Amino acid sequence: MYKVVFDGSREKADHKSVYANTIQALAAEDEKIIALDADLMNSSGTFKFWKEHPDQMINVGVAEANMMGIAGGLSAVGRIPYVHTFGPFASRRSFDQTFISIGYAGNSVRIFGSDPGVCAAFNGGTHMPFEDMALMRAIPGATVFDISDAVLLGWVLRDIKSNEGVTYLRSTRKSFLKIYEEGSTFEQGKANLLREGKDAAVIACGLMVGEAMLAAEELAKEGIELTVIDMFTVKPLDHEAVAKAAETGAIVTAENHNIIGGLGESVAASLLEQGLPVAFKRHGVMDRFGQVGAVDYLQEVYGLTAKDLIVSVKETIAKKK
Amino acid sequence: MDRKRELELQEFAATIRAETVKEVADLGFGHIGGSLSVVEALAVLYGEVMKIDPKNPDWDERDIMVMSKGHAGPAVYATLALKGYFPMDWLKTLNKPGTNLPSHTDRLKTPGVDMTTGSLGQGSSTATGMALGRKLAGSDSRVFLFIGDGESNEGQVWEAAMFCSHYKLDNIVWFVDYNKKQLDGFVEDVMDMGDFQEKFEAFGFHTQTVDGTSVREIYDAIEAARQAKGKPSCIILDTVKGEGVSDLIEIELNHHVQFPEEMANRALEQVTAALERVRKELANV
Repeated sequence: MYKVVFDGSREKADHKSVYANTIQALAAEDEKIIALDADLMNSSGTFKFWKEHPDQMINVGVAEANMMGIAGGLSAVGRIPYVHTFGPFASRRSFDQTFISIGYAGNSVRIFGSDPGVCAAFNGGTHMPFEDMALMRAIPGATVFDISDAVLLGWVLRDIKSNEGVTYLRSTRKSFLKIYEEGSTFEQGKANLLREGKDAAVIACGLMVGEAMLAAEELAKEGIELTVIDMFTVKPLDHEAVAKAAETGAIVTAENHNIIGGLGESVAASLLEQGLPVAFKRHGVMDRFGQVGAVDYLQEVYGLTAKDLIVSVKETIAKKK
Repeated sequence: MDRKRELELQEFAATIRAETVKEVADLGFGHIGGSLSVVEALAVLYGEVMKIDPKNPDWDERDIMVMSKGHAGPAVYATLALKGYFPMDWLKTLNKPGTNLPSHTDRLKTPGVDMTTGSLGQGSSTATGMALGRKLAGSDSRVFLFIGDGESNEGQVWEAAMFCSHYKLDNIVWFVDYNKKQLDGFVEDVMDMGDFQEKFEAFGFHTQTVDGTSVREIYDAIEAARQAKGKPSCIILDTVKGEGVSDLIEIELNHHVQFPEEMANRALEQVTAALERVRKELANV
């Protein structure tokens, strides 16, 4: 069970330390666990663990395609691999290796692509994946997460230990607005209902969950009651949660990702296939490349703030029949 | 290796070659050129070197073979069927609907296939991962990897080579099937790879070049590789694409060929005659 403790404040722990600590704890519990990184251990927080346990933490060097293949091979001989690199390199750069050497070959690897979307900040457009979920969703049987909170991240990292096939999770290395109480537990493939309101629903993931909660608080002051759903498992999608959201008659999806291929399209398909006619809008990056800047600046540039979301929600409510 | 054992391995190789030709003849087309050039190496591995149990293909302590040039599937299938991993009848199903023997080797479909390959370059990394896993587990099992000379255009091959060397994976042996040809023609015309011996030495490998049609040279090289501690090994197999079938060797672009009945019959005659010659010699030893 999860408990929502959102009050607009930021998390104390950064996600990087959650990743490093969880990997280290998992490795201590099970010698089959092996983590790989592509010369980004100092960025993912696993550097110290690498120095202490080179038998369970492998540096592949700057060779992401090779890393995915090696992880696939490790899985084939009974190991439980986790790999990390920045989101663009964890998805598009090494896509065929993940698709063939892991997915198609029947291997099981957990891939952490850090700094999704605007979280890539000062690394700029080359490092800013707005398309990683689109790519990973297209791998048959893959599981895809967009992480909104550090408690959720720690839980997901543990729970995917026994996942089969390709598992991809994207998360910031820094911190987001705090959503969940420590010790909360979740269920893969089941969305979290954070707030219930009758006027519209925002189905969000990752960075945009906190923004949706801020938007809900603002709208409440105007008498607009919003449902907020954290669709942290982007694939497989929780169709029941989509149906529940549709009861409001107006749905806005919110993602730190291109509106093409991400959460929005997935929810749209679900609504149509379930025969649920609602006023609908995909809120996200409008088919653009990334650029350099601070996260809050980039959120403004790409319209990924609570303020922008409020505009989308109002537009969508106005379209309700 | 005594002369008798050498002839037995030659017989095994000649049988693999004949069965490979039959598989592709049944279908009428296929990747036969690059299948025929790895036959002797497969015969030495599966006939003499590898620690395997065909009745227990997933045995944890087995030696592993990864055919990264996955289009040599037909030669791998002939080898595995002859070793008893699955019935010989299966060889007639190559690429036919519902088959367990697809063009490119697939670990989920074929008993005895240790890794799925076909997207060139990728087997080099997966074999490397398997070697790393085995080494970290303290196992003495070995990994044998085949890459093509054309395949070596792929940068991933060299990423994996770097890794094997850096992590001192002395439980992996790379075979380069140096058959001089890739899909669009001679390697030196399409993308000249230069000197493989020098390249692998520069990457830190214990490197040998052998006559890829000599079971004795291949065997000796594998034994020498076993003695090379603290570094990965590479054995460059000097081969001919289409080895053993004159019609195929003469076709310039012989990566994937049409194999009409008349040509197939001549090929079968030639490989069968070769097999009979070895058997005759073996009978006299």
